[in-house]
Amino acid sequence: MVKEIERSGLPVVHICTIVPISLTVGANRIVPAVAIPHPLGDPTRTLAEEKIIRRKLVEKALRALQTEVHEQTVFTE
Amino acid sequence: MTFRVVHYINQFFAGIGGEEKAGEVVPELRQGVVGPGAALAAALKGEAEVVGTIICGDGYFAEHMDQATAEILDLLKSCNPDILIAGPAFNAGRYGTACGAICDAAAKQLGIPTVTGMYKENPGVDMYRKNTFIVSTADNARGIKDAVPTMAKLAVKLLKKETVGLGPEEGYIERGVRRNYFLEETGAQRAAVMMAKKLRGEPFVTEYPMPVFDRVEPNPAVKDMKNAVIALVTSGGICPKGNPDHIEASSATKYGEYDISTFAALSEADSETAHGGYDPTYANKEPNRVLPVDVLRDMEKEGVFKKLYDKYYTTVGNGTPVANAKRFGTEIGQKLKKDGVSAVILTST
Repeated sequence: MVKEIERSGLPVVHICTIVPISLTVGANRIVPAVAIPHPLGDPTRTLAEEKIIRRKLVEKALRALQTEVHEQTVFTE
Repeated sequence: MTFRVVHYINQFFAGIGGEEKAGEVVPELRQGVVGPGAALAAALKGEAEVVGTIICGDGYFAEHMDQATAEILDLLKSCNPDILIAGPAFNAGRYGTACGAICDAAAKQLGIPTVTGMYKENPGVDMYRKNTFIVSTADNARGIKDAVPTMAKLAVKLLKKETVGLGPEEGYIERGVRRNYFLEETGAQRAAVMMAKKLRGEPFVTEYPMPVFDRVEPNPAVKDMKNAVIALVTSGGICPKGNPDHIEASSATKYGEYDISTFAALSEADSETAHGGYDPTYANKEPNRVLPVDVLRDMEKEGVFKKLYDKYYTTVGNGTPVANAKRFGTEIGQKLKKDGVSAVILTST
């Protein structure tokens, strides 16, 4: 799905937990997430803390979308 | 002396539990057979004995791959195995990835042969086909009666160091290994015969299949984020409460398109997940954990980007056939492009 949306001409960032699968399916911009059942949250934290974690991941995703890449890139920083 | 087999299975096939246990079952070793190991032991027909079964939760493995692999290798070593047989994993992506990863590690670090089984579209196939024997199975557990005897037969051949035939003959997915042998006809003659068949429209089998590299070049970055329209797409199954379009919990045949133009955030009251491949507790309680509408709306208000696209697109990425996912992606991409979206955030569980 990531690859076909990219093919339509839109940059896509894939926020996902299992990075090796994302690399296999051909995502170009990848942001590693927290965990499978809650990629953008952490139920062991308070809701307010979780929202900060989520905000940071989304900010990272937007940075990835603003970064020129020429090959599959995992944005860990 | 019979050969010593160690079998690897996930928490589901071990009868420990479904998705609610996937993240918490850490690697453990049990003596003898567990679950599908009984069928495997029968298919080995006394030529090899299943001495132990290693069990690990799919979620735990996927989220701690390096650590889980090391732990499983330690358990494996303690059994002094002659071979590792993993799965079959059918079309379960995390299970297939785990089976492939530990087979790869066992072959490299213990020097033993390994056999697993997967459906051809399992993501574990592309990752590990070159490193282990992956028997081609059906996409669901009903295929176990065909898969296990094929895996057992291949395992016995490997244990006895017999010559293993080509993938299509032995039932495994081609590993890209070439073996030299002599033929009467030269390459030029064989090529000419193939060419003649091709011209006549007759079927022929190539001797050198070309690899398919279906990659899409990255699109240029967003240059003006302040004026960008961002769209949200997910394979995590988030949908309006009650799943009005009945998106399937696995092997999805459709995707949903839902309006969020009036939403400041998703909530337990209005949204849920349709996904049947992970524990839905956390997503149902706080759907923004999968589809981050709340923070995107905040950022839109702050002017980080111009607009959060009015609709989100969603499906369930759980055993979904690649052909369906391709079609969803194409259709969604075309709609978003037409509506002037600048970039897409796609979340996966």
